[in-house]
Amino acid sequence: MTRTEGTYKAQAAAAGKRDAAKQRERTKMVPVVTDSIIPERDAGQTILECRHLGIDFGGLHAVEDFNLTVGKTEIAGLIGPNGAGKTTVFNLLTKVYAPTRGTILLDGMDTANMTTDQVSQAGIARTFQNIRLFDTLTVEENVRIGLHNQVKCGMWSGIFRLPRYWLSEKEFHDRSLELLDVFNMADNAGDIAGSLPYGAQRRLEIVRALATSPKLLLLDEPAAGMNPSETAELMEIIRKIRDEFKIAIMLIEHDMDLVMGVCEGIAVLNFGRIIAKGTPDQIQANPQVIEAYLGTQETDDATVRGGR
Amino acid sequence: MEKFKSLPAATRSTIITYAMVVIAFLIMQGLLSVGAVSNSTQGLLVPICAYICMAISLNLVVGISGELSLGHAGFMSVGAFTGVVVSTALAGSGTSGPVRLLVAIFAAGVSAAIAGLLIGIPVMRLRGDYLAIVTLAFGEIIKNLLNNLYVGLDVRGLHFSMSDAASLGMAEGGKVVINGPQGAVGIDMISSFTAGFLLILFTLFVVLNLVNSRSGRAIMAVRDNRIAAESVGINTTKYRLMAFVVSAALAGMAGALYAMNYSAIVPKKFDFNTSILVLVFVVLGGMGNIRGGIISATLLTVLPEKLRFIGDFRMLIYAIVLIAVMLVSNNRALMERLHGLAGRFRKKGRAPSPAVASKDGGDLS
Ligand SMILES: Nc1ncnc2c1ncn2[C@@H]1O[C@H](COP(=O)(O)OP(=O)(O)OP(=O)(O)O)[C@@H](O)[C@H]1O
Ligand SMILES: [Mg+2]
Repeated sequence: MTRTEGTYKAQAAAAGKRDAAKQRERTKMVPVVTDSIIPERDAGQTILECRHLGIDFGGLHAVEDFNLTVGKTEIAGLIGPNGAGKTTVFNLLTKVYAPTRGTILLDGMDTANMTTDQVSQAGIARTFQNIRLFDTLTVEENVRIGLHNQVKCGMWSGIFRLPRYWLSEKEFHDRSLELLDVFNMADNAGDIAGSLPYGAQRRLEIVRALATSPKLLLLDEPAAGMNPSETAELMEIIRKIRDEFKIAIMLIEHDMDLVMGVCEGIAVLNFGRIIAKGTPDQIQANPQVIEAYLGTQETDDATVRGGR
Repeated sequence: MEKFKSLPAATRSTIITYAMVVIAFLIMQGLLSVGAVSNSTQGLLVPICAYICMAISLNLVVGISGELSLGHAGFMSVGAFTGVVVSTALAGSGTSGPVRLLVAIFAAGVSAAIAGLLIGIPVMRLRGDYLAIVTLAFGEIIKNLLNNLYVGLDVRGLHFSMSDAASLGMAEGGKVVINGPQGAVGIDMISSFTAGFLLILFTLFVVLNLVNSRSGRAIMAVRDNRIAAESVGINTTKYRLMAFVVSAALAGMAGALYAMNYSAIVPKKFDFNTSILVLVFVVLGGMGNIRGGIISATLLTVLPEKLRFIGDFRMLIYAIVLIAVMLVSNNRALMERLHGLAGRFRKKGRAPSPAVASKDGGDLS
């Protein structure tokens, strides 16, 4: 795996898009991964592009001039202190909030007029900081609901049990079990989602998000409340998702071991603005970031690691 | 029996519900055939069936979709009067009673569905208490519209007016079918207990099949967590509206069944009190619990009649029973003890019954 600035520039030049490349350079967090073994992760292939994104709540600029590009199979991290605006960025990307300013391009497509459900259909899936499962339904039903736009069956077919219904139910069942199986949750298919242990609920949220066949998966503090062994397992899961599903992942996390361990590129948010972008090594060495968020690693390690 | 136990829980529950209705019907038929049912109770059979259908259909909105609707009687009355008009219009055509009832109930369902759609589109912009209040208002609007509706039938066909019977401009020998606040008079009483039973089965069929399909899961997803439902690509307005309209259509059918059990019916019958009554059936039976709604609809329709002998005290007792049941079912400690007791008689643990859980409030993280 070579991910040097040089390769990236050479490729961009080869593509003959010098200006575009320059523009991308400005918002790019990291030199794009180039790996000939996995062509999808090739240079210049962006899935998400945010330009001058911003939102105000009353007088508060919760997010301001947010510029970011995420590659097609990149694992990106978004970190920053409490209240920095990280979750708000996810809510903007998924149109839970309408941006006050700026554009969001998903796979080159402007999402300006889309609603949350349309954004999901366009390819952004997410999990929530405070778990939001369909608590009263079973694990399998939760995944089936995630498959809502992947398997079709209209109201009349459902009520009158037309052939379409039986076909769709079989497909719902097979595909949801297949997905659950990837995360070793097939045995829990019949359990009520709300009664699962915390870690399993977080995993189920990820499975449900993946069921929508996303191009970009947003994870909001996936390791919150997990113990170290669960967190280690989660890191494996995140890598596995990227490798098997070949999608981009963007995650918010306070657990620095996880962030530094899996993210290829990291953006740091403070008071709604990006104060730094770069590789894990660059971020850890950035004095601004240390001051605003990481603290002096030697003395403050525990608090950072503890996260929230 | 072994095979039955191996079925998924939802399928098992569905079978039990159907079986309960069929067995109750057969027992009642048996009692009727040996003449063991008093006249007053016989008179209650069709209303009970209609109220059971109402309870099942409102459960779709309140229990399954998680929206509080306070105007359900409005759709019942749209169906009731549509049914009466259609059945009267068909009376001269020589069709048999059951066929006319079938056509009338179908037409009632369609017209109530249209009313549900027209009301649902603006109402679905709202949520929670606001939605409840607006459905209440629409229920009253429907009642007042029907209070001013005049429909006549003569050789040239149907005539409609919103001012008075005279302005219908009917030919000689015309008959006023709906006469404003006096409602419909001279209704052909073609409803029957068997028809009521079949309508309950149909209503159950529609609601249970819908719930166990892609659309039904989407409806429940919106109920459980609207934001999460949107985030997996569900058009929440569409599915809330779907539950609302299907429920309205079923209420309209129940209304037609109900109206054609009497020789006359007034719009005032379907006022706010009736909406609340049906809501009480649903809440008492447990929101989202179809079987519970059926049982409470039956008991609460029979109870006031059976308590008639104690005169005015009956409403007091009725109220006390309601309050007692509400207190018990909302008291967690008491419920747990009851479940514990029940558990001694039952071997296998059961999944907790689904409750209406709306998590829309709070932050969006
Ligand atoms: N709907 C809203 N209305 C008003 N202010 C809001 C709203 N949502 C978020 N904010 C404010 O925006 C700021 C950013 O909040 P956000 O939830 O994005 O922080 P965060 O970076 O996710 O923090 P944490 O690490 O605690 O999750 C906060 O000051 C918050 O109070
Ligand atoms: Mg947050």
